[in-house]
Parts: sequence; structure tokens; C-alpha cells
Amino acid sequence: MEQILLKHTHHGRCLSFEEYRFSGGFEALAKALKDMTPAEVQQDVIDSGLRGRGGAGFPTGKKWSFVPRDLPGPRYLICNCDEMEPGTYKDRVLLERNPHLLVEGMALACYALEVHHAFIFVRYGYEQAAGNLRQSIAAAGRSGFLGDNILGSDFSLELDVHQSAGRYICGEETALINALEGKRANPRAKPPFPAIKGLWGQPTVVNNVETLANIPAIITGGPLLWKNLAATPEAAGTKLFCISGHVVNTNCFELPLGMTLGEIIDGPSGGMRSGSRFKACIPGGAATPYFTEAHLGVPMDFDPVAKAGSRLGTGGIVVFDQNTCMVAVTLNLIRFFARESCGWCTPCREGLPFVRHTLERIEAGRGESNDIDILREHVHMLNYAFCALAPGAMGPVEGLLRLFYDELEAHILEKKCPFKKQ
Amino acid sequence: MIPENLKANLEQRIAAAITHREAAVDVMKELQRHYGWLTDEALEEASQLLGLSPLQVEELATFYEMIYRRPVGRHVVHVCDSVSCWALGGETLLESLAKLLETESGSTTADGAVTLLPCSCLGNCGEAPCMMVGEKQYGRVTPEIGVQIVAALRLRDGSTNS
Ligand SMILES: Cc1cc2nc3c(=O)[nH]c(=O)nc-3n(C[C@H](O)[C@H](O)[C@H](O)COP(=O)(O)O)c2cc1C
Ligand code: SF4
Ligand code: FES
Repeated sequence: MEQILLKHTHHGRCLSFEEYRFSGGFEALAKALKDMTPAEVQQDVIDSGLRGRGGAGFPTGKKWSFVPRDLPGPRYLICNCDEMEPGTYKDRVLLERNPHLLVEGMALACYALEVHHAFIFVRYGYEQAAGNLRQSIAAAGRSGFLGDNILGSDFSLELDVHQSAGRYICGEETALINALEGKRANPRAKPPFPAIKGLWGQPTVVNNVETLANIPAIITGGPLLWKNLAATPEAAGTKLFCISGHVVNTNCFELPLGMTLGEIIDGPSGGMRSGSRFKACIPGGAATPYFTEAHLGVPMDFDPVAKAGSRLGTGGIVVFDQNTCMVAVTLNLIRFFARESCGWCTPCREGLPFVRHTLERIEAGRGESNDIDILREHVHMLNYAFCALAPGAMGPVEGLLRLFYDELEAHILEKKCPFKKQ
Repeated sequence: MIPENLKANLEQRIAAAITHREAAVDVMKELQRHYGWLTDEALEEASQLLGLSPLQVEELATFYEMIYRRPVGRHVVHVCDSVSCWALGGETLLESLAKLLETESGSTTADGAVTLLPCSCLGNCGEAPCMMVGEKQYGRVTPEIGVQIVAALRLRDGSTNS
């Protein structure tokens, strides 16, 4: 299986700038600056079929094409490394091993978008990743890959690292823009979309770390070669899957998009731990509805996962064994979302604590039959919240109702959690 | 009052920003590093440096998980309570630490040495259960290991008497 994002990881440490250059690093940028127009770089990204790796899976080249090039004033690119969704740690692994790939990817994206100032928004706790990035940016500047007139061209670029102080909502792109501006990080109304009116009111693209780290390979090898790294004809490229929970190898793997869930769990993840049998998993980070044994054959790619009732999300797969109570899992997830609700809109600020409270009662054996209706109503109502946090939060609740109805009902009928040893 | 050299550093950081308030999180973090938490005095100083009202800084300070508007101990221990850590015994870890420290999760020990806080996913889920002491991350923390790490903190302080 060919890897492009983690291919250097046999070192077990961060790749040095020299090692990166020696292995072909910054050749894509040199090629683009010498032989390609910004529009051609964007076209390659469109042709590659690259879709955003930050959770929503929006086609990257298409997002770039929304940016008006004729408005006065600067345009900005922001790399989203907020990565606070439980079960997700791929961007950290990537940056701890090879930050240069992101620096080069951002330089290429900025060239395509004709951006001259870009930011990397890094969550708290990622000190190593932020430090690696700063070093890489400094080294790239010394070698003429960043700064004024890059490699003798007309293209100039400055990259800045912003380190956040922790709040999941900062990962939502409009909240992130507020955070970067030094404002309270509540989301903004869309439209206008950031592509038209973003950072300081200027056209802005927000892309995930992994998304941008794929750009060098698309430019070097061409869009088709990159696309064909996937396991199925419909999918495009590789994906970082970060595995956690009750499997043997809880690690981050770069795998062809479109491998089935079962192949990922039995292959690189090493199967279940001894004594554990597969019961369910979160397929793509905390905001995605569960998959069960019935879904082991689903190709892990955007559309097939959506068709099967969930979302590929961030690629964070959390696996649970037969002894795990799915009501308790859902309660844990809802506690996270209720705590991280930014408080801006009423349905989410009031609704999530209510859902948490309802699940707490059910798990404690004090649930009533109409609690199930309450949960159902909230799955529906929270779609009307101001941003995607609340509907995302209800993903696991929706999954619980659809896939584990019996388990939920048993809690209420038996007036206790069937999994608790008393 | 903050020392002159810290003030000069922060002024430099603010001058490099596109708008002053862009530097707000950096300024709050540095002041917190100096005082241990974001005191009322620090809030006032941050607002003067940034050209914001104290209320505007307060609005930011109370938003972020890692900015403390209340006193914390000399060491802050964060224990992840999100799903991957929970699945591998994160709750037991938090309970063991609370017992060792004779305090509750969310509080500071009587001698002011350690504040124990549950926190959201640390982005280290493959090494669950996880915790963070200050800015240092620890993975695969069994209750036994966690208790050792925290006990070592107090030994280093020379404050083992509570
Ligand atoms: C509550 C919430 C949190 C998010 N957190 C992140 C995050 O940590 N990292 C990220 O890349 N995208 C996150 N997103 C998605 C971003 O809003 C945005 O879609 C993404 O950064 C776009 O990048 P992409 O097109 O490269 O995927 C989040 C969205 C929501 C609603
Ligand atoms: S849905 Fe939640 S996170 Fe989003 S704006 Fe409303 S309160 Fe904030
Ligand atoms: S769930 Fe604990 S580090 Fe992610």
C-alpha cells in the first residue's frame, strides 16, 4: 500500500528539513512556480477528487474555486489544526512526524489561491506539533521556500502559527475565524461563506491539515496517480485513520480510501483484544452515528459511509467490545458536546444538557418510556441549531435509537443498566 | 505588576499582529504563566496592553478551557474523560488520583500543590487513558502509573505532607 503522508515514519521521530528535501520535498512547489499557473494548480486539485479531511468532506478544489480573485484587499488561507473531536488524533501524528509536508502543501494552496498570508490554527496540548511547524517554517524561509519572491518568482508568502487555549467549537470554520481575530469563538452566520467574507472580512479558505498535506503529491505525481491510490474506483487518495478503543493496535494508519471497515479492523488494527468481540464502533469521530457488525463490509469512503447511515467524518474509529453499554457510550459523548456547546444558540445550549440529563437517568435505571420520545424529538430539533455542533452531537443518539433500541429499552424496562455488575 | 521585559515582549507580540486583539490568547497565556492563573490584575494588564475593555478580555478568558480565572495549584493535572479514554478506564484513573490527592476532581489540594481537572479529548486517543500535567502529555496511564506521576510532582515540590 503506497503511502504519501506517513511514508517517512520508520524514523520514529520527526523528519528533519534536510531529510525532507533530500527525499523530494519542495519539488512540487518548485515545479508549480516554474511551470504552472495558479489556475493550473487549482485544476489539478479539482481533477484529483480530493475531498476535505476535516469532517465535512467538501471537494477542496471546488471550495477554492468559490474564492473571488478580483475583490480589493488580501485573501487568506487558514489551516485548521484544532483537532478536538474525541477519537481524532491524525493531524497531531502527521505534524509530529513530518510538518514540512503541510508547509509545502500550504505554499502550493496559497499559490493557487494567490494568498500571501496564511495561518495555522493549532489546539492546546499540541506543543510538539506547533514547535515542529515553527522550525519547519523557519527552515523553509532560510531556504527560500517562504518569504519574499519564493525561488525567484513573484510569489511571496508568510506563514503564522496560532496556538489556541482550548475549545472544541474553535474547529468550526467561522468560530475559528473569530478565535483567530481575538474574538469570542462563537460561529458566524452563513452566508456569507468565508470564501467570500472571512478573516477580517476578506475572502478566506479554511482547510484541514491532512487536506493540505495531500497537495504536494497531487502536484508531483499528477492528479490521476494520486486519485488511484484509493482502494475503489469511486474513492480518491489515501486517508489517515486513527484507531482507538478495544483493538490491538490503537494507532494512526494511512490507508487507501475505500478499504472496508472490517479490513481496517482485522488488518492494521490487529483485530480485537483478547477476550473482546466486536460490537460497534464510532466510524469517524465523536459526531458520527455508530456502525455495527452489519457494517463491517462498508467501504470507508465518504459516499458509501453516508449511504450506510453515518459519516466518514475525521477518520477517527473508536471500537467497542461486547461488554460496552452503548447508552453509556452515548452519555459520555453527549457530556462532551454539552460541555463544549458554545452557548450561542438556545436549542444547543439548553437542548444538549437536557439530552444528557435524560441519558443519565436512563443509564441510572430511572428512565421512563417517554424518554425515548424525548430523545427522538431532540434528534430532530437540534437540526435547527445555529451551527453543525448540535446536529453532530445528536449523531450518536440517532445511532443509538436506530441500532440499539433494544438495549435502550432494556435499561428502562429492567430499571438498571444491563451491563453493570451489581 | 508584570516585569518590564515581559511587558516589552508582549508589546512586541501585539505590534506584530494585524489587529491588536489577534494577540489576545498569547497575551492571556503569558500573563497566566507569570501569575499562575489569570488574576484580576492580569486581566486589567491584558486589557491595557490589547486596547480592549476588561470586560472584553473577560469574555475571552472565560471561553477557553486552558485559561484559569480562579486560582489553581502549582501543578495542574488534566485527565481526559472523552470516549476513547473512558472506554479504557479513564474514570478509574481520575478516581485514583482524586483518592491519592484527597481531593475531588475539579479542586485543588489543601496545600495548593495540585489541581485535578477532567478535560476533553487530548488528541492522544491511541494511547488511552491519557493525562496532561502542565503542558506535558502522558499516554497509557494506568491508575498505578498516574498515581506515581502525581506523587512524584509533590516530592519534587517538597510538599508531601497532606
Ligand atoms: C463543531 C465543529 C468542530 C470542527 N472541528 C474541526 C477541526 O478540529 N478540524 C478541522 O479540520 N475541521 C473541523 N471542523 C470542520 C470545519 O468547519 C471545516 O469544515 C474544515 O476545517 C474544512 O476543511 P476541509 O475542507 O479541508 O475538510 C469542525 C466543524 C464543526 C461544526
Ligand atoms: S449549535 Fe451549539 S456550538 Fe453551535 S452556535 Fe449553537 S450553541 Fe454554539
Ligand atoms: S479520548 Fe482521551 S485523548 Fe482522545
